Amino acid sequence: MKPKTQNSKLWYSLLWSLGPIVTALLFTALLLLAVGAPPFRPFVEIFRGALESPQKWADVATAWVPLALVGAGMSLTFAGGLWNIGAEGQIILGAIFAAWVARNVMLPQPLLLALIVMAGLLGGALWGLLTGALRVYAHVHEIFAGLGMNFIAMALIIWLIFNPWKPARGATMSGTEPFPVAAWIPRLGDTRMSPLAVILAVIAVLVAYFLLKGTRFGLELRAMGKNTRAAFMQGVPTNNRMLLAFVLCGALAGLAGALQSTAVYHRLIPRISGGMGYTGMLVVILAGFRPELVPAVALFFAVVGVGSPRLEMNMQLDASLGGVLEGAIVLFVLLFAGLRKQLEGRQTRDAS
Amino acid sequence: MRIELQNIHKYFGPVRANDGISMTLEPGRIHGLLGENGAGKTTLMKILSGYQAKDSGELIIDGQTLDFRSPAEAIQAGIGMLHQDPLDFPPMSALDNFLLGFDKQLIPKRQEGHRLLLELAQRFNFTVDPGAPVERMTVGERQQLEIVRLLALGVQVIILDEPTTGISAPQKIQLFATLRRLAHEEDKAIVFVSHKLEEVEDLCDEITVLRRGKVTGRAEMPVPIDELVRLMFGQSIALPDKPPLTPGKPVLEAQNLTLKSSRLQITQANLTVHAGEVVGFAGMEGSGQALFLRALAGLIRPQAGSIRLDGVEMRGRAYREFMAAGINLLPADRIAEGLIKGLHIAEHFPLRRPTPFFIDWEENQVYTEQQIAFFNIKGRPDTLVDDLSGGNQQRVLLALPPKNLRVLILEHPTRGLDMESTRWVWEQLLKRREGGTAILFTSADLDEIMTYSDRVIVFFNGEMFPPLPSGELTVEELGYMIGGKRRQPVGDLSP
Repeated sequence: MKPKTQNSKLWYSLLWSLGPIVTALLFTALLLLAVGAPPFRPFVEIFRGALESPQKWADVATAWVPLALVGAGMSLTFAGGLWNIGAEGQIILGAIFAAWVARNVMLPQPLLLALIVMAGLLGGALWGLLTGALRVYAHVHEIFAGLGMNFIAMALIIWLIFNPWKPARGATMSGTEPFPVAAWIPRLGDTRMSPLAVILAVIAVLVAYFLLKGTRFGLELRAMGKNTRAAFMQGVPTNNRMLLAFVLCGALAGLAGALQSTAVYHRLIPRISGGMGYTGMLVVILAGFRPELVPAVALFFAVVGVGSPRLEMNMQLDASLGGVLEGAIVLFVLLFAGLRKQLEGRQTRDAS
Repeated sequence: MRIELQNIHKYFGPVRANDGISMTLEPGRIHGLLGENGAGKTTLMKILSGYQAKDSGELIIDGQTLDFRSPAEAIQAGIGMLHQDPLDFPPMSALDNFLLGFDKQLIPKRQEGHRLLLELAQRFNFTVDPGAPVERMTVGERQQLEIVRLLALGVQVIILDEPTTGISAPQKIQLFATLRRLAHEEDKAIVFVSHKLEEVEDLCDEITVLRRGKVTGRAEMPVPIDELVRLMFGQSIALPDKPPLTPGKPVLEAQNLTLKSSRLQITQANLTVHAGEVVGFAGMEGSGQALFLRALAGLIRPQAGSIRLDGVEMRGRAYREFMAAGINLLPADRIAEGLIKGLHIAEHFPLRRPTPFFIDWEENQVYTEQQIAFFNIKGRPDTLVDDLSGGNQQRVLLALPPKNLRVLILEHPTRGLDMESTRWVWEQLLKRREGGTAILFTSADLDEIMTYSDRVIVFFNGEMFPPLPSGELTVEELGYMIGGKRRQPVGDLSP
């Protein structure tokens, strides 16, 4: 089944990219049928819900920022063959560092905001560095190291909110007191969207893209991802590059945390990450680990995230259906990729 | 069992690996399949043994047309293959490997298997310890285990792909005796894939020669070697004479080097290598030569002693610093250590070559194209190294080290290559030494060591014999030393 003409080649590749999405939609529709709901209307509702007003567009952009940042960061660690699942903790640490600056530093606003951004980058980078050090020097697999670091970060943020940083009226899950207004990253009009945050996320995606495509560091990461031993033999300082990948991914995730706390919530809340560390991982997997595809995939996830609550209002369905759809798409994309590899692998095994 | 392959085609993209090949295998005969690297031998045999699907053509076994979808189906039909690299499960025991694929019951009958394994092994004078983990066995022993396993599965046709690579001389003699017995006494059909002409001459009853995916010759043996060479290459080739070159100043000095691995210890080894010199390292696999050379490349840290490059102490420095100072090593294992599967040819160069942080891909493309042309690599800059044949992968590997190195260390630089490629590889290497690069290499091919080395060093069981000028040695003498039989190791080995 080899494509012969240019035209059939296009159809062939289109089949493989749209196939999993259509299958996931059908799969989710079947689930809806099984619970007695109309099978296709919820999808329409989700998209309507996300795009019905400029206010909602701004919400989509706001939800897009952390996904794009985490996706960009993870495209670096994945390129290096590292299963960095620690973005969740790195987001939290970025938020904590930013919150400390916001609560304690008095500076003119531009300087203060710059310092907040730096603090977020630093907090996440530090957490990433610790994960990387566990991997490189203690030989703890990065999945376990990341998982452990996520739990510690979670415990740390709850302790901060319930002890040293608790509001005067008493500690609750709703978080700390709002930060001083000078530490709020400005928003566009009366929306929740911050243009600065969007710009920073766009820059992060571009940086990740050019690092991987155009630099020696990116090439070294990709070589490591394919075969760490052979990369080392070619002269790549693999330990150093692994640590750097963790640090960079952590920095971008930390920036996402800083923006969530200072641009979106204006305070530190226990669920500051909102699971973005894990959703971001789905984004980068669905993007095929390619940073250039992260913005589009992150946009899709943001739309589903913003539109899903409407299911509860308009259709009495649970908003988690959006999550089901996202998960189904990722699984079917992986399934189709495996299938394609198997089919094409039969044609391209080594000639000798 | 009589097997006919008719008009077999197999393309990999634009590469015609098999381009209309027909051949017949008769029971009771050893059939040699000859051809240079990339001629299509392995592909054809993988098709015959069910590892790969053909694009077109027919496979007829005793008059019946068959089509295998898996190696298991081929084995059921009576065709089994021994691969160049044994496809076994190293951490498992010999018995477990033996039972795999053979005992389809949920709970294998271990005792029965144990008895059968020993019985078959004894029949061919193989020494197989059923309880020993395969990872501790030599390549030759793993081969023996695999032959016995295939026989237990009732195989009538045995395909061996370059079986003499990496096995010892006695194991080779034993292998050949076994193959003769299987063919001539037990009426099996044997396919012997090789490019070692002396072995083919020694063993085979008939031969088929492949070149670029097509059959270029068939013959009943005996056929004179120069005739075989003509069939393979179109003309007789002679090994080049090494241009005489007076070695320059000392480049690399190892003094009182003490090294340890889990199996071996080297104590107080001394060596001085001069600019432009070629030093060949001989010895059984695992006698210490690989350990010693890897230490000189900075990959293994010595326990004691010193390594000086142009008078500068290198011991204790990182491997990367060795590379930056002009010592490069090309590993024997192209896939595990040498090249990076999944990267293009062009993407390999900036890793080893001095490259700025922002890679100039256009400049690199030009450089890659030059290297591809110069090293005669059958591929494009954006070809994945996975898609190259073994010989072309080796050429890419040789193209990677930057020019003007101080020392180039090679592990088995021509392993798996045909004569013409071997000669070509050495032409390139000898050119490098004109720029003052010293070349150190290991090889299991004594002729190669004798032909190209200025001095030869033999390792035996961790001990280093004094370096000898290759002019004073004969291949026979060298063979004795490798067995540990002549000349006492001494302390100071400088010339």
